[in-house]
Amino acid sequence: MEEIIRVGDLSKRYAGSGRYALNKLSLSIAKNEIFGLLGPNGAGKTTLISILCGMVKPTSGELWFDSMPYRQHRRRIQQQIGVVPQEYALYPTLTATENLYYFGSLYGLRSSDLKQRIADGLERVGLSDFAKRPIKTFSGGMQRRVNILAGILHQPHVLFLDEPTVGVDVHSKEVIMKLLKELNTQGTTIIYSSHHLNEAQQFCTKIAIIDEGKIIVEGQPQQLISAVAGATTLENVFIHLTGSQLRDYA
Amino acid sequence: MVSAYKEIMLLLRDWGGLAILFFMPSVLIITITLIQESTFKAVGESALPIVLVDEDQGEIGSLIAQNMAKAPNVQLIDEIDGKPLSDAQARALVSDGKYQIALVIPKGISEELNEKVNHNVDKILGEFSLTEADTSTKKQEKTTWEVKEITIYFDPAAGQTFRNSMKNSIEQMLSKVEVEKIYAVFQGQMGMDNDPALLNDEIITFREVIAQKGKDGIIPNAVQHNVPAWILFGIFFIVVPLGINLVKEKNLGTYIRLRTSPVSYAIILGGKIITYTVICLIQFVLMLLIAKYIFPLIGLIEFDPGPKLPVMVLIAFVSGLAAIGLGILIGTVAETQEQSAPFGAIFVIILAALGGVWVPTFIMPEIMQKVSAFSPMNWGISAFYDVILRNGTAADIAQPLCYLLLFFAVTMTAAIFYDKRHQAN
Repeated sequence: MEEIIRVGDLSKRYAGSGRYALNKLSLSIAKNEIFGLLGPNGAGKTTLISILCGMVKPTSGELWFDSMPYRQHRRRIQQQIGVVPQEYALYPTLTATENLYYFGSLYGLRSSDLKQRIADGLERVGLSDFAKRPIKTFSGGMQRRVNILAGILHQPHVLFLDEPTVGVDVHSKEVIMKLLKELNTQGTTIIYSSHHLNEAQQFCTKIAIIDEGKIIVEGQPQQLISAVAGATTLENVFIHLTGSQLRDYA
Repeated sequence: MVSAYKEIMLLLRDWGGLAILFFMPSVLIITITLIQESTFKAVGESALPIVLVDEDQGEIGSLIAQNMAKAPNVQLIDEIDGKPLSDAQARALVSDGKYQIALVIPKGISEELNEKVNHNVDKILGEFSLTEADTSTKKQEKTTWEVKEITIYFDPAAGQTFRNSMKNSIEQMLSKVEVEKIYAVFQGQMGMDNDPALLNDEIITFREVIAQKGKDGIIPNAVQHNVPAWILFGIFFIVVPLGINLVKEKNLGTYIRLRTSPVSYAIILGGKIITYTVICLIQFVLMLLIAKYIFPLIGLIEFDPGPKLPVMVLIAFVSGLAAIGLGILIGTVAETQEQSAPFGAIFVIILAALGGVWVPTFIMPEIMQKVSAFSPMNWGISAFYDVILRNGTAADIAQPLCYLLLFFAVTMTAAIFYDKRHQAN
């Protein structure tokens, strides 16, 4: 399969920290994949996603996006990616439409096209009737749906999702997962980070478990489960590989 | 422009932020000008009660009492319940805060002063052989005098400026009394009739000229000092909401969206710069409208910028940029609102103090004058005063305006550099 992201020997050590958040990590993500990035707290998931989104600069290593090196084409690459942070990442006093209009315009979308995309998007996530309400009046689930819409209005080639279903009810979760699957069907590669291992098992086409800044295992969910004797779920595999010790990093 | 629109929408829905930006400076300019104006009026028009204890009961005591009674705006209190006051009573009245000032004329001051003046006059006239030398008594004459201290009690709450001003007035009055006494002795010794014209015809008088550029300058008043000072204070106070705005972006997570978008940080900041510059100018116009139309309604002098308005707009614009640069730097460096809001507010107050908003820089200690030269508010105030009070032109304020622009450039560069460095680390 054609790869869209390639990472070679990527390392990151934050200023003032004695340990590497990422330690010579190498990874390849194919186009149209739903790639799950799993790992215990402090494993390096957020750092890896932050580097892939262009938020954080690596200490060393190479990154390519659709064969373009990140260093030379950062803005062009950022035009083709979408980010859905774990936080709601919306302006509470602005309406859903105003928020989406602003974030869409950052990607060069303008006027009637943008308005149409916003209307369609809100319809898809069942929020058309709330378009002109301030975000602060929305429930957690409604905010999550707008949060995802803000990341996909410009129809990115790659979508980064950090815990997209945290704190949402079953109904909202279903709408979100359906929307994400539709996006993937339309050609968007999804890179998904979560602690919800069951959700990842059902949703992802490929999974990488990361620990102490390195990929410790990578493959399709069923392959990973089959490879561990006695494992029936991804959670069993995860515990088997990372241990049951608490991971607290200050 | 979309970023600017977003910032405007955010502000329009933030009543607290709008209050800080428009309502608070408006209240501030009215309140402070009103207080300062009424303080001047209080000192200039209403009577200040002064407690007088005359332990001397002689000529000097009554001369001082007469002079004080004649002085405008002084209400002499020399007895309570029909009884003369003692030193201890006067001290107690002042320390209790019932009166702000008391004067105690010590016992024997008239006698001592009379003897000394008579001796000196005798000596001077003797040199010219205008008086008969009395050799029989000369040896017994007193040649040293006991120093008599007039005590002034001040209310501990009275400020240094008030104390200095009162001390100067009393010293001036005592000098006058002394001169009157010397004249009287001279007249007595020389057998002249008492001629009050000797004291009334002043030879040296003062003419107060405001040294402005050009001929059609206005006479400075409290309003002309206060309006530009508080306009500038209001403009710089946007540091607080702007800092909070940036910190909120980080806390809400919208910062992640902005930084992962293909738009540069400088363009995102550009939206904020445009919005907050417009706010500064609206704030400036609002303050001017208050000074022109509200001030006369509440008994203050109207402030009319007249033909100086365009240059004042230029100063407000450039000062606004300097304030925005500072706000963006604080908002970029601060991690929480608890850091940015108090720091921003206190820092602006320090800059205002250093800049001469409360106390003119020329009366500050030398070291503080040197420090104040680095306050952007000082550059702004200097530019406003140059234009309003010294009739300066745009060319005259080029230097402070350049400093303000440089400050904007430095703070913006520092903010962008810090953000990049933070990102790299």
